[in-house]
Amino acid sequence: MTFGDWISEPTNWAFLVMAIPLVLAAWRVVTSRNVVHAALSLVFALAALAGLFILLGAEFVAWVLVLVYIGAVIVLFLFGIMITRAPIGMEAELSHNKRWPAALSALAIFVTTSWLSVDAFGTTKIVDVGVPTSTEIIGRSLLGQFVLPFEAVGFLLLAALIGGVTLARRDDTPADEEAREATADAEAKT
Amino acid sequence: MTLAIVFWAELAIKIGIIAVAVPAIGMVLGFAEMKLSAHMQSRIGPYFAGGRFGWMQLMADGLKFMQKEDIIPADADRPVFRWAPALPLIGTMALLVIIPISAAEFGIIQDLEVGIFYALAISSLSTIGVLMAGWSSANKYSLMGGLRAAGQLIAYELPLVLAVVGVVIQAGTMSMQGIVEAQTAQAWPYVVTQFLGFAIFFVAALAELNRIPFDMPIAESELVMGYVTEYSGFRFLFFFLAEYVNMFTMSAIAVTLFLGGYWFWGIPTDSALLGVIVLLAKSFVLVFIMIWFRWTFPRFREDQLQTLAWKWLIPLAVLNVIATGAFKVLL
Repeated sequence: MTFGDWISEPTNWAFLVMAIPLVLAAWRVVTSRNVVHAALSLVFALAALAGLFILLGAEFVAWVLVLVYIGAVIVLFLFGIMITRAPIGMEAELSHNKRWPAALSALAIFVTTSWLSVDAFGTTKIVDVGVPTSTEIIGRSLLGQFVLPFEAVGFLLLAALIGGVTLARRDDTPADEEAREATADAEAKT
Repeated sequence: MTLAIVFWAELAIKIGIIAVAVPAIGMVLGFAEMKLSAHMQSRIGPYFAGGRFGWMQLMADGLKFMQKEDIIPADADRPVFRWAPALPLIGTMALLVIIPISAAEFGIIQDLEVGIFYALAISSLSTIGVLMAGWSSANKYSLMGGLRAAGQLIAYELPLVLAVVGVVIQAGTMSMQGIVEAQTAQAWPYVVTQFLGFAIFFVAALAELNRIPFDMPIAESELVMGYVTEYSGFRFLFFFLAEYVNMFTMSAIAVTLFLGGYWFWGIPTDSALLGVIVLLAKSFVLVFIMIWFRWTFPRFREDQLQTLAWKWLIPLAVLNVIATGAFKVLL
């Protein structure tokens, strides 16, 4: 197949329309000197990625990506950045001095996943692109064939959640409470 | 080739309908809020614009906003500040697409198999817009407003989604058209069996819309105007429009899920005109209740709001899901 054949397919146009902004936005995420800009570029990249999933007929996966990553994870990122420090403009302390190890591991992950998918699927094509995979099929395979891995992941996430709460939570010792009451009294007097 | 032309023409018509519907709904609801609040406070409200009842008041306001200067604060982060108002409006427009108005062929702009799930996912776009606006304004009040909005939306997204799960279990589908058809088939709206779900959905929707009693993000007595403080002119209009149209779309989604959508006893469901009238009538009842709340209740405190979401609404919603699932399996 020549490049002319490839580009005359409308699906490939749609792919380019989403893939090029995706790569550019992903580049901005790692090169931006401003954390908020980086997070917002990530929103853009994830939206483009959701578009690619729709192109492949994986509608449900696309909207899960939007709901969980854009709607919850990035909002929490932004919330965290803004509640602690919210600098406008470039940040001097934000350094990219570990960029080479990071680039190397990213490249390694890319090579591994692409090699694995080529090895596993070879020249097999996704047939009937445009007809979305039914949510029912996904639901049945998740809670039927793959119920054990699904439950295992759920259990792992729950454990991680409880661990996170335990680490973040600091129960007040009696001494802390006394100290707090003392300051409250002092404030009340002034 | 003709197929492609039909596709593009259909798409253009669909976009046109949404583009007309958004400002029209915004104006009607804005006017309703002005008149109703005036009535509840023994005032007359808009009176002069357009002759009788001041019906042109909102058009005049719109024109006024459009010709105002577009002010960007000197310290603001310019690109983020400029683009922030677009996101809530995009989210709102994307929501209107999946509201079914009748069982006829063109009774819905786009019926998606993941219908309601898409609605919940796409509505999170406005959260990002609000956070962007709050941060990029370089103003303490704006930032506080943005943070409050984000905290509130994270807390109320969960009960909203969980309340919907009950309906999805009962209908056995996530498609909006399918949910209405399931209610038509049993000739009873889901509010009868899902009353708890409906109550949770309505409260959570109020919070998502930042309506009183959940309007801490723009609390005017504390934060000037929250995340919209620094906005003026056309960009302010975007936020204003998104807020009012969202009020309608949330009501229409609640109507579709719990109150039977375009279906009503004795009215044929295959006529687009009757369907629209029934849907609008039901939605406007919910919108009226929202406006009524606004001029009746005082504002919650931030900690009360979080307590309500995490200690009451989410456990109740989970209970509702479990009960619905158990009934579905047993009956």
